[in-house]
Amino acid sequence: MTMSTRIAAAASAITMIAAIPASAEVLFWSTQARPAEEAQAMRQEVLGGFEPGVDYQPNEDGPWLTRLQAEDQAGSGSIGVLGALHGNFSAIDPDKLVDLGDMGITASSETFNSLAKLGTDTAQYVPWMQASYIMAASRQALDYLPEGADIDALTYDQLIEWSANVHEATGEPKFGFPAGPKGLKHRFFEGYLYPSYTDGVVRTFASPEAVTAWEKFSELWEHTNPASTNFSFMQEQLLSGDAWIVFDHTSRLAQAFNERPDDFVAFPAPAGPAGRGFMPVLAGMAIPETAPDKDEARALVEYMMTPEAQIATLRATSFFPVIDVELPDDLPPAVKAAGDAVAKMSAAEDANPGLLPSGLGDRGGDFDRVFNDTFERIILAGQPIEAVLQDQKTALQRVMEETGAPCWAPDAPSEGACPVE
Amino acid sequence: MNARLLPYLLILPVTLFLCVFFLYPFILVAQQAFSNGGEASLQNFRDVIGYWKFPISLRNTFLLAIIVVPIQLALSLLMATMVSKMKKGRDLVLYVWTIPLGISDLAAGIIWLAIFEQSGFLNSMLAGVGAVDAPVNFLSYQNTFIVFLAIMLAEIWRATAIMLVIIVAGIGLIPKEYYEAAEVFGASPWKRFVKITLPLLRPSLQTALILRVVLAFEVFAVVAALGGTLFPVLMGEIYSYQFDLQNGGNAAALALIVLGISLAFTLIILRALRVPKGATI
Amino acid sequence: MTAVTDTRKAGRWLYVASVGLLCAWVIIPLYFLLINTLSSPETVNSFPKPFIPEFDLGSLQFFAGFQGMLVALKNSVVVAVLTMIISISIGAPAGYALSRFDFRGKEVFRLLILLTRAFPLPLLALPLAVLFIRTGLDDTAVGLALVHTTLAIPFAVLITFSLFSGIPIELEEAAWTLGCTRFTAFTKVVLPLILPGIAASAIFAFVISWNEVFAAAVLTIENRTLPAFLLQTLAESPMHLKFAGGFILVVPALIFIFAVRKYLFAMWGIANR
Repeated sequence: MTMSTRIAAAASAITMIAAIPASAEVLFWSTQARPAEEAQAMRQEVLGGFEPGVDYQPNEDGPWLTRLQAEDQAGSGSIGVLGALHGNFSAIDPDKLVDLGDMGITASSETFNSLAKLGTDTAQYVPWMQASYIMAASRQALDYLPEGADIDALTYDQLIEWSANVHEATGEPKFGFPAGPKGLKHRFFEGYLYPSYTDGVVRTFASPEAVTAWEKFSELWEHTNPASTNFSFMQEQLLSGDAWIVFDHTSRLAQAFNERPDDFVAFPAPAGPAGRGFMPVLAGMAIPETAPDKDEARALVEYMMTPEAQIATLRATSFFPVIDVELPDDLPPAVKAAGDAVAKMSAAEDANPGLLPSGLGDRGGDFDRVFNDTFERIILAGQPIEAVLQDQKTALQRVMEETGAPCWAPDAPSEGACPVE
Repeated sequence: MNARLLPYLLILPVTLFLCVFFLYPFILVAQQAFSNGGEASLQNFRDVIGYWKFPISLRNTFLLAIIVVPIQLALSLLMATMVSKMKKGRDLVLYVWTIPLGISDLAAGIIWLAIFEQSGFLNSMLAGVGAVDAPVNFLSYQNTFIVFLAIMLAEIWRATAIMLVIIVAGIGLIPKEYYEAAEVFGASPWKRFVKITLPLLRPSLQTALILRVVLAFEVFAVVAALGGTLFPVLMGEIYSYQFDLQNGGNAAALALIVLGISLAFTLIILRALRVPKGATI
Repeated sequence: MTAVTDTRKAGRWLYVASVGLLCAWVIIPLYFLLINTLSSPETVNSFPKPFIPEFDLGSLQFFAGFQGMLVALKNSVVVAVLTMIISISIGAPAGYALSRFDFRGKEVFRLLILLTRAFPLPLLALPLAVLFIRTGLDDTAVGLALVHTTLAIPFAVLITFSLFSGIPIELEEAAWTLGCTRFTAFTKVVLPLILPGIAASAIFAFVISWNEVFAAAVLTIENRTLPAFLLQTLAESPMHLKFAGGFILVVPALIFIFAVRKYLFAMWGIANR
């Protein structure tokens, strides 16, 4: 008997605790700044200054999207502001986002502003912050740089030679590549390898130049840590020493530089025959049609675009401002290192900047899968390059035809869907 | 009370509950699997089965289940018998053995990756005793067998406790007189185990096996942590359809296939370990 | 005679050794987790790894200062306890029915129970979330507990079923002849016997709810549970925080199992009837 009364008492206590009144904070539902420290910094350093208060909740893409879809289908919701990558937004029907063109807030880059329209006439999201992918290396690796190679102007051949030198000297393959399940390997192929070798991504997918690109990558792979298929955040392997030379997203390298700034160097991505291909990362903020208080949500977006908030965001997440702001001198080491590397990359004579895939709608994942599958089949399964490219080509073609997405840089512009040649 | 109605009364709450919180959403999702652009179609199933990774992930999932589950069954039976003979410290030992129950598969993945990664604990140990000069790369694509072995160990570590608890609770119900009588007749421990424990434990064995097998087909987080891209399993593919590709139809179709496999195995176990009503002893 | 005692001794020794080995097998990985939790970030990334913790509390302190940790912890406990109560109170009767009666639709019912475990929850989360938002269950501890109960139900029903099946029906029949009603026979004879089984399914219910991330992330906003709050961002956090966060999640579950182990195993001798 005592047992059951105890349970009853516990149950009633629980229902009392459970009935906490909801607060009037704006719910900031984000896919960015997920790592514990970044989320904490977002809450305290960036959003602390917004008066009505913000409930900042970072989520993985799965729950993020599921919740958003549920609120849309239910016709009411609690999310005030959405924070996500361009790719996340392009998968959402623009009708479900509040038009933000009338806010008059824009990024300093016209390219970003037009991406933010998601194919409509007006901004569907406000560009929030940007980043890119760069290379980083342990200082110990610098001793093995090939003769005459300039670390700020490497070519893919030099990178392969460098990695081979390190491999030979240490007896271990020390190039690190984020090929794990959460790694951003597809971005390397879409924005770096392909543009550098073929001056395109879609049109040139199965070209002879693409075959060369994959051959080169296979060479590099021989000097790549074979555990790379488990790597998703290269800062971990830089810090542990499992990899000495790596490629990754700037914010996925940040921890290495912040923890041991003197041990690592950041530098631009290498160049191929068609230039130094690279690609930006763009995150934005949007307001769903179901937002409970749209004015408050707009106020939060405005607040996030102030120079102070943009700089605080930079410190918190290593994502750079999208508006023109004077950067202070006392930035964290990771931000300095990444900023320099990106600046050198953009200013390089052979720079071949690419754009984010656009117009793919909710097929962005299928597009990425084409590249990931190609990698897995050629590199991991050792299938012949040409056959794989011919085979994957049909999958890519299907995505392009079904979405009708026109070409984006560095592919030459197209009328209608971007053709796979 | 009417004895014919009683069982229905007893299962009514669960049934109602599951209708609202499981069947309703399940039917909505299952509908998606059988439709394509609003029309009834099997296209989703064709897509999913035709994808080049499907046979690989199917094979991996099966392989893991077929190897891991029997080992876990044997291990948990062994542990349960050991504990039943114990006089001192039984509580403590059992508690220790059930600890992995409380550990989520995500956390288990983190722990086991810390052991097997190149600069991990296993290499530290091997280097410490001088067994290796340089850290060995266990989780590499050149050596998928070791990757599989690592996943296997982690799964055995993580999920044996589920079976153990069920079996321990079941063994506790077997009357001691049987064992005492058997001992009087001079039956060896092995004989007692085969002739008394196993037959009387059938209901618990059945439950333990069914739950474990069903869960084995849903294995994901530990595999993803250790196997990375090298060891695709069905569950990972479902998530990738649902969230990376945002293709709910394909995800639902694959989930239904997994469900079918689980049910098939369940039926096999049910037949093999039939439990008579009210187990007359 | 001495030969016999020698084999006895050897057997005894083998027995103790294997018990010890199995305990070590479970504990050592957890010990590694502890080492990394109590290490500075530099040590977590070093090689070779130390085998004795250096008692650096930095990582734990970080979480101690994490906004909303305590609230999330409390929410998790609330949801887990509710899940436990609901799943046992509706699951145990069904387990009893399955073990004691032959009724039409029994097989279908059993398969329905198993279906719930064989279909991935993340796919069901969308329709459930829509339902919850419409009915106001969204973002409540009860709502999330209901979803977690769906996950725990198969354990509750099947475990209680197997235990009831292990109790001879003659025992109950004897009680009836001694003047008990079906109900009192149940509470006086059967219930005490299967208390360990109830404890077992309670453990499952608690632990399932405790570790569930996806539904918790989708269905709670203000009332986040600890795993939704921590675990899902953990995988992307720096190594030392990964371990510390994992450790923080593991500890309450261990305490819970420790607390109910008494019920699970104290009834051991009950079969000596």
